[in-house]
Amino acid sequence: MRRFKVFTSLVKDSFDIITRGSKKYHLWMGLLTFIMLVGMYCYSIQLDQGLSVTGMTDRVSWGLYISNFTFLVGVAAAAVMLVMPTYVLKDIDFKQAVLIGEGLAVAALIMCLAFVVADMGGPSVLWHMIPGIGVFNFPNSMLTWDVIVLNGYLFLNISIPFYILFRHYQGKESKKSVYIPGALLSVFWAVGIHLVTAFLYQGLQARPFWNNALLGPRFLASAFAAGPALIILVLAIIRTYTEFKIKDKTLKKIAMVVTVAAQINLIMLISELFKEFYAPTHHSESAYYLFFGLDGKTALLPWIWTAISLNVLATVLLTFHKLRNNFRVLFFSCFILFVAIWIEKGFGLIVPGFIPGPYGKIAEYTPTGIEIGVTLGIWAMGAFIFTMLAKTAIGIETGTLRYKK
Amino acid sequence: MSNSNKKWFSLNLNSSTKQTSASCGCGNTAGDCHSKEEPELSEQEFLAAAVDASIGEETHKDGFEQVFDVKMDRRSAFKKLTASLLIGAGAVSTSCSTLAGDDSKEKAQIDWEEQFKGNYKLMSDDEKKATVNRLVRSYQLRTGKTISMSSQNAHKDVLYGYAFNISKCQGYMDCVTACVEENNQDRNSQMQYIRIHEMKDGKGFNFNEADDNYYHEVPAEGHFYMGTQCFHCDNPPCIEVCPVQATWREDDGLVVVDYDWCVGCRYCMAACPYDGRRFNWSKPEVPENEVNKNQHYLGNRMRKKGVVEKCTFCVQRSRAGKNPACVEACPTGARIFGNLLDPNSTIRWVLENKKVFRLKEDLGTEPKFWYFMD
Repeated sequence: MRRFKVFTSLVKDSFDIITRGSKKYHLWMGLLTFIMLVGMYCYSIQLDQGLSVTGMTDRVSWGLYISNFTFLVGVAAAAVMLVMPTYVLKDIDFKQAVLIGEGLAVAALIMCLAFVVADMGGPSVLWHMIPGIGVFNFPNSMLTWDVIVLNGYLFLNISIPFYILFRHYQGKESKKSVYIPGALLSVFWAVGIHLVTAFLYQGLQARPFWNNALLGPRFLASAFAAGPALIILVLAIIRTYTEFKIKDKTLKKIAMVVTVAAQINLIMLISELFKEFYAPTHHSESAYYLFFGLDGKTALLPWIWTAISLNVLATVLLTFHKLRNNFRVLFFSCFILFVAIWIEKGFGLIVPGFIPGPYGKIAEYTPTGIEIGVTLGIWAMGAFIFTMLAKTAIGIETGTLRYKK
Repeated sequence: MSNSNKKWFSLNLNSSTKQTSASCGCGNTAGDCHSKEEPELSEQEFLAAAVDASIGEETHKDGFEQVFDVKMDRRSAFKKLTASLLIGAGAVSTSCSTLAGDDSKEKAQIDWEEQFKGNYKLMSDDEKKATVNRLVRSYQLRTGKTISMSSQNAHKDVLYGYAFNISKCQGYMDCVTACVEENNQDRNSQMQYIRIHEMKDGKGFNFNEADDNYYHEVPAEGHFYMGTQCFHCDNPPCIEVCPVQATWREDDGLVVVDYDWCVGCRYCMAACPYDGRRFNWSKPEVPENEVNKNQHYLGNRMRKKGVVEKCTFCVQRSRAGKNPACVEACPTGARIFGNLLDPNSTIRWVLENKKVFRLKEDLGTEPKFWYFMD
């Protein structure tokens, strides 16, 4: 009963704290709400007329939605890079950042699920996928594995920080014996969500561009670069605009993680490029389309070369200690690395899988305005959720939010 | 090659062993798709069964328990819940509305039941009939026209196969037109299951340079033609990836889709190496006077937007003993269809006497669609 009372009070207090703030804060939330409404309007058109309002066709049957979904799974998985040092290796420097990282994972996972739902042709019959009342094709379909790991990871990332914050809210220390098992599990689970998502594509013998053993490991490397890079940027914003002080040392340690992951990612990229272009086969055509274009069709060329150059530039900048320890350079590199991997692991991965088609047909894909609207709406929703979570967490951690007996 | 541990059925054309119903490729993760054989009963078991049959549940249950403690799988539980909800909702709407006619009430009831029905693959024959009757009635209520819809299951000892004579095909595309008309495909998006690839002589089977969208007089000088469609693989990658088992391989080898169970994720389209699947990006439309009213639940019945569909070897025709529409329409006789398990069928003659090949055999999908030349 007492717990329930504390919980109600926590909900009330956090509602108070997220509805109050500076002018800038209100402006930010207002902007996000506006984008979300636009996105919802676009989605209502899509619901009404069907997926024909998107740029997808029978030839390229997955597009922007699935691309963003794939990328965001990586962002969600990246929270492990903070969870592991804090809870398992007991590195005190990560302690403040870890809650933010988990909040980011929650927001990213909700965006993932939203992107999958947006991509469905029949969202009204999605209950067919609920185990128990529908038919869940487990373990044959990798998509069912993905449903399990994503929802499980979402649960872990909500419950662990919730427990810690709930204790701190009452002015108590959180008990290690309670959250350490969950944290340990989430370390393995994080690797799981990204590997399983890679297997979704990797297991298709029909698409040689994806049917490649390096896909899963490369997903992990790029995720552990892009995710922590985003966390660095978010922490930088938080420490400028809030009371929550994050030490330079924390940022520098996360930067180290980003650097190593980006380097590994680059090595794997070179390995992939070597395999595709040293002795090109029929199966290298998708890679040719992506990097050089086929038959004068070159829609992805500017994107992928931007991504590659940003990727290389960021990795080089991060590799030199002097440059990495300069925060301006660090934030810049993190930003371009994030953009580069968003392109590369998003539509740079999904779209070429379909081009050329099974019989060599080259039909290009360009997202429509409605598709982009829905995508932006979902990103805004993610940012909105993250802002609310972070504001509450910071309130509790800085001690402004406490249970009054 | 009669390895029974193999996950998929392999054709065993020259052996005397017949294919039995044990070779089901449905992935057997939920439920079984062929009838269970009754095991022999021992005397004791027979006695128990006899008692059970005569007095059954009453032996140790009474009153309340008889009503509530009934063995029930989740599907029937769900259905009963739905039914009781329906009765409740129906009672409310009858008592409250004075305007709604019987027709609109019936329509609402059908829509409700259709929304919450189960997967066709797991339905009993009675349930299959019930949903087909609802769909026929619903069509009648909406358009005033009567269609006939079948829920006929696979015949025993039948395995459909298809052969395509590359030397004969002249690219007239009569098969494509016949297919669209037979299968009620969306006219707006010009959906077609069959693609005819026009290839240059002397270049071999070069799909990259082939044209599958030509608009000129055929046969064009210096070209030959090759048709593709769903190959009804015996080890189809598309059915494995479906998260809800909305697509499966029937006992007669047809790979079919339950349009009402499909959630529209399009994973099967990504998994198909043969471009065999199509998606309804908008609401499919067929002019009322062009609708083919001879339908099958798994075949050419009207689809809705946001679901995947595909060639079914015209299940509404093939299970009624006819050739698919494309075979019948072909003016050159390039298309051959038949029962692979019947040693006297034309398809068997082709497979045994011609040099046949299949596309992308290295992927292990085992298509039941062969190409050959004269």
